[in-house]
Amino acid sequence: MAEMMAKGEEPEILFWVGCAGSYDERAQKITRDICKILQHVGMKFAVLGTEESCTGDPAKRAGNEFLFQMQAMANIELLNAYQVKKIVTGCPHCFNTLRNEYPNLGGNYEVIHHSQLIQELINEGKLRAEGGESFKGKKITFHDPCYLGRANQVYEAPRKALEILDAELVELKRCKSNGLCCGAGGAQMFKEPEPGTKDVNIERTEEILAVQPAVVAAACPFCMTMLRDGIKNFNKEQEVEVLDIAEITVKANGL
Amino acid sequence: MIAQILFLVFLLGASILFGRNVAKIRRNIKLGRSEDRSDRPMDRLKTMLFVAFGQSKMTKRPVAAIMHFFLYAGFVIINIEVLEIVIDGLFGTHRVFAAPLGGVYNFLIGTFEILALLVIVGCVVFLIRRNVLKLRRFSGKEMSSWPKSDANYILIIEILLMSAFLKMNAADYLLQQQNYPHYIQAGAFPVSQFIAPLMPQNAEFLVLIERGAWWFHILGILAFLNYLPYSKHFHIIMAFPNTWYSNLNPKGAFNNMDSVTNEVKAMLDPTFTPLPVAEGSKFGAKDVQDLSWKNLMDAYTCTECGRCTSVCPANITGKLLSPRKIMMDTRDRLTEVGNNIDQHGKDHQDGKSLLDNYITREEIWACTTCNACTEACPVNIDPLNIIVELRRYAVMEEAQAAASVNSMFGNIENNGAPWKYAPSDRFNWAQND
Repeated sequence: MAEMMAKGEEPEILFWVGCAGSYDERAQKITRDICKILQHVGMKFAVLGTEESCTGDPAKRAGNEFLFQMQAMANIELLNAYQVKKIVTGCPHCFNTLRNEYPNLGGNYEVIHHSQLIQELINEGKLRAEGGESFKGKKITFHDPCYLGRANQVYEAPRKALEILDAELVELKRCKSNGLCCGAGGAQMFKEPEPGTKDVNIERTEEILAVQPAVVAAACPFCMTMLRDGIKNFNKEQEVEVLDIAEITVKANGL
Repeated sequence: MIAQILFLVFLLGASILFGRNVAKIRRNIKLGRSEDRSDRPMDRLKTMLFVAFGQSKMTKRPVAAIMHFFLYAGFVIINIEVLEIVIDGLFGTHRVFAAPLGGVYNFLIGTFEILALLVIVGCVVFLIRRNVLKLRRFSGKEMSSWPKSDANYILIIEILLMSAFLKMNAADYLLQQQNYPHYIQAGAFPVSQFIAPLMPQNAEFLVLIERGAWWFHILGILAFLNYLPYSKHFHIIMAFPNTWYSNLNPKGAFNNMDSVTNEVKAMLDPTFTPLPVAEGSKFGAKDVQDLSWKNLMDAYTCTECGRCTSVCPANITGKLLSPRKIMMDTRDRLTEVGNNIDQHGKDHQDGKSLLDNYITREEIWACTTCNACTEACPVNIDPLNIIVELRRYAVMEEAQAAASVNSMFGNIENNGAPWKYAPSDRFNWAQND
């Protein structure tokens, strides 16, 4: 972003990578795939690079409003300084926080999740599913992230990316507004679960395995970790692949 | 004449008692922090009409939805009949609406009878679901003896009230056939005419049955009215204001605390003048008075149906957390605080609090903030907001959180990420492949 600014250029969209997308090895790949999609359609985008910082989402869900607002105000100052207007995020948690919790602290941007960007590009005819790996006839299911689905009513965008694959789409028993959490939300990602009879991701994985998919599509780096752990727990990594919507799009287009 | 005076006494007594209990609940709700929910009246009206009046969120569970609709429609529509009973009771008339309404009256009474039968069917099905099939949703740690009995009492009372209504009509139907004085030809009796053959044919005896059932029906309703404020059944009233004051923002938007904004802005800019804030003197909530009035209204609205708990990922996987328990604890604690005020004055401290004495830390930390509970609630109750307020107190006032959560905070503060990575490595994703 700083480079573009120095050159006096203005990006069409700012790609907010997020902490998982920056540091988590698996999520880094998804980050690069989102970039590939942006480059493929020729959209001028920028990233904040080392200037980006946590949105404060996990702090806020865990009750640390101070830390959240400290993060939010620093980020807003930066985003406003760069006169950012439109943001795409690679994570539903960043998406929710930037979209819903930044405006009344002075950060007003048009914020979309990468699944919505993919949906837009498909609708505009800029993105298809050709030239790459064929998903034809493959059984694919989608796990709704809480902060994309229930929290923000985005149910159709990620499904649109799957519909164009000509694959066999199956819904999980608990999907869309009834979707079951992967177990990572509300700062659970960063702590041990409370004592119980099983872990939430195991409960969700059992439901996924019941529909016997070849691919589970995810749209959140935290869900990605939880679902992969769950699948690994049942020794099903060979049969069931967990892929982000962006990865599927990149594969289908051979990018 | 004596009957009319007696009726007036019962009616006034029941109304005054009910009014006093409602006033007490209103006062208790107002013990909560202020929160503005006066915006967007048209959206609020729409939400109330859809969710409360239209029962839209009930449809996710069709069997319960249909049975509940019988009870709901029965309750709302049969109330027209109660109005007639009250007028008859006060003025000594009989079926006072018959003459002005004519044919419509027959249609109405016929409809009431069918509804009364459907209410009985619904109640019997609900009793079976709770006590014979023992649906998992109706059990759980918080469903101790009182909540279970409360549910059964409500269903049994409704069966008794509807039975009395049908019995009254059956006797009336027979008396009309005998052209007994005072019993004018009015009403249609599609259900009670089948009860009539089981009745004695003696006219004096029939009058006794008709009057007995009439008094049982109306006194039962007045007594039931006064049972409401102590019961989960209070939802029949609270559902309407509670959905009117629903959270209209996206579920993922947690409120930004103004008190914190003031402190953070003052820290970043010494010349900043703080804005007035609605929140109390502490951050987050330890007791019910620290919650907002809407949280407290939610608690009085909860009818303990357990839809929230049955979809809660923490509860499903055996954790202690149950969103229904959060609501029931909040109501129980608020009732306790209210009783303390009545008995010992406004400033009485009993040394107890919602957090720890009712809701444990283990419960609040098990929440994934996934919003399944708020989505499931048919009357838009928000248990998640209470959980977050309790977490805010634990974190900001007490600095009490798990070590791993504290280290996540530390990482965000120092590295700008919840993990311990150097900020200078943040752009490394562009190189790795």
